[in-house]
Amino acid sequence: MPKRKQERPQLLGVKSVETRYLEDRQQLYTALKSLDRRSFMKVSAAALGATAGLSAPHGFQPISVAHAQTKQGKAQKFNFAYISDSHLYERKLNDRFVNQLMRAVDDVNALDPQPDFVFYGGDLAQLGQPKELELGAQILKTIKAPLKVMVGEHDWYFDMGEKWRELFGEPTYSFDHKGVHFVVLNSVVEKDFWTKRKLTPMERMRTVAGLDNGVQSSFTVGDAQREWLKKDLAKLPVTQPIVVFSHSPLYKLYKPWNFWTDDAEQVQAILKRFKSVVVFHGHTHQLLTNRIGNIHFHGLLSTAWPWPYAPEGMPELTVQMGRPDPFNPHDGLGDGLVTMHPDGMADMVYNLWNRNPVTISKKYMATNGKQAKPAKPKLRSY
Amino acid sequence: MDFAGQQSLLAPLVKTPEVVVPAGIAPAYWEKLVPKDNPGTQAQVALGKRLYFDPKLSKDGTVACATCHDVSRGFGDGRNTSEGIGDQVGRRNAPIVLNTAFFSSQFWDGRAATLEEQAKLPIVNPIEMGQPNGAAAVAAIAKDATYQKQFQSAYGRAPNYDDMGRAIAAFERTLVFLNAPFDRFLSGDPKAISPAAKGGWMLFNGKARCNSCHQLNSSSPLGTDNRFHNIGVSARHQDFEKLARSALTSLEKDSSAAAIDKLALETDLSELGRFVVTRNRSDIGAFKTPQVRNVGISGPYMHDGSLQTLWDVVDHYNKGGETNTYLDGGIEPLALSEAEVDQLVAFLFALTDDRLSAQNTREQKRQATLAKKQRPFRDTKRANREVLPFEAAKGGK
Repeated sequence: MPKRKQERPQLLGVKSVETRYLEDRQQLYTALKSLDRRSFMKVSAAALGATAGLSAPHGFQPISVAHAQTKQGKAQKFNFAYISDSHLYERKLNDRFVNQLMRAVDDVNALDPQPDFVFYGGDLAQLGQPKELELGAQILKTIKAPLKVMVGEHDWYFDMGEKWRELFGEPTYSFDHKGVHFVVLNSVVEKDFWTKRKLTPMERMRTVAGLDNGVQSSFTVGDAQREWLKKDLAKLPVTQPIVVFSHSPLYKLYKPWNFWTDDAEQVQAILKRFKSVVVFHGHTHQLLTNRIGNIHFHGLLSTAWPWPYAPEGMPELTVQMGRPDPFNPHDGLGDGLVTMHPDGMADMVYNLWNRNPVTISKKYMATNGKQAKPAKPKLRSY
Repeated sequence: MDFAGQQSLLAPLVKTPEVVVPAGIAPAYWEKLVPKDNPGTQAQVALGKRLYFDPKLSKDGTVACATCHDVSRGFGDGRNTSEGIGDQVGRRNAPIVLNTAFFSSQFWDGRAATLEEQAKLPIVNPIEMGQPNGAAAVAAIAKDATYQKQFQSAYGRAPNYDDMGRAIAAFERTLVFLNAPFDRFLSGDPKAISPAAKGGWMLFNGKARCNSCHQLNSSSPLGTDNRFHNIGVSARHQDFEKLARSALTSLEKDSSAAAIDKLALETDLSELGRFVVTRNRSDIGAFKTPQVRNVGISGPYMHDGSLQTLWDVVDHYNKGGETNTYLDGGIEPLALSEAEVDQLVAFLFALTDDRLSAQNTREQKRQATLAKKQRPFRDTKRANREVLPFEAAKGGK
């Protein structure tokens, strides 16, 4: 039997000369868009050489033009922290979750050096009540670093986002930071199940807050947001590092618990052309890791309660945390820190409150779990 | 062959070490519990007992193990924090040595895995027994002919520091005190404890949530989960963040057992508890769950001895501990009434071994008198959730 020719393995973290050349060229083109005449004269020679394939690779790196920086800028390493899924109730009903959110805020405020920003992953409130959301906003105000927030279904379905918009603005937006393009989605859009059934806002909210009820439809990002996303990403080169925040996981894990986004494939298709995409999602309240082609998915920890793992469809990359201790209401909860690397890959740190921190490194993701495997927990999964 | 010759042949054929197994403990379990190299023979226990009471082990010949683990004070010292050589006072309360064989780690912060390791650290700690090193402690007794003989028969070697630790541990393992009125109640004698104590037992496993950490049952006879929890004891007067940062700085220079031991006893970093061992943020201010056995005679309470009576202890838990970032998740206001607090305390006093009942009765009276005069940790508003912890913390922001 003839031996098949082995493909040369892609060396991790080492870019080939060709790759670097193409990336530089791409950067130059983006830079050209915002050049004034004088700077243009400076780079044009190099650029012409590059397009003709004449100049040596890396030929135009030294030329930096002061305002040739697009808003994407040059990618560089940075950290952001995250907090998610606090499910606050009114003070009369439950103050435990309030204490837990405050603990998370203390955690990120104690980080030294401070993260560039803190991301909140949704489900700030339990039943979308204005009082719950106000309480949450008040606590989040005490975060020292800049704050970015995303909406979850528990925040939305009482008044269809009215209070949310008043407190935090539009739920769908994008921003750029140190060379990474961030997109924040409202991924919990549901089909109207309430009008026909004549449900009150509270009944609607309670239905959505429940799982497994067969009444509500699955979460979607929806046509409108997908169109917006296409437009938002249209002008970006394939080398642009992309981070997407969605409340529900942007893949299909387990429908009965809504660990699921119904149009996940269509959203993935929009993201497919980019070299490196990282999706961070809330909603699942557990260590959860997945990779579909170029897209890496990381679930965020909750500060309220941990969910058990889905009985089927678990992604293989996930390092499942052991069953939380029923005697310790903080077990299986926490917050965390993400380090973004210039190549658009992320190291994800789960800062668990009752256990040792777990790091899901970019190396682990890039090697499909073959290297840099986090230690297996002693406790059995649940 | 003469009999002596025969016996010397027999010895290696059939090994029968005269292991001392405490009454009421299954030999098979005991065998699992004790280290292979320190089975606790008569000779080892006798040597350990002598060392336990011997102040020569300390630098100035004034402090022995029994100084802070005083038999007449329930194997503790009745002080908030303990005093070592030269009138120096440490930062930690001396835990009682009873039943320590059953713990999965030793010290308030679990910095020693075994009794053997634990026994050696105070001898070389500068403010406890103050020897510059283990060799100095051995030198202090090595010339004593009886000690030489005892070490030979216990471990077959000349006196040395490791065997010193082993012998002390072997003696401490004989201090099993698990026979209290409560045990007679559990085994079917309804009159063994008072009605108030019975109510306390219900609360212990119910409304007061004590058994979240102090699991007390036949397979967990000490009433500890062997874990570390922040219940906020020192949160009243500490800036944990600042402490943690300075602890990291000094541990990066030196994180040996001796260095950790010094941090725990001499500096404010003592308040960080388990963090000094693991350097894990979630362990800040966390201390080992102590046993509830013989708790009546082991006051003052907590790692710093800051609570004088069991009423104070229950008051502390009743209001949901002291609010701080790292407060254990299981700590919350309990809304116990005065009558319920009294019942719980009555139950806790029923956990002292019968052999120490005279001490227990004295202590119960003393604490009751003190508690009538002062209950500094009682906060009914917080216990009943009229003021919530987070509102108290944020000053009503």
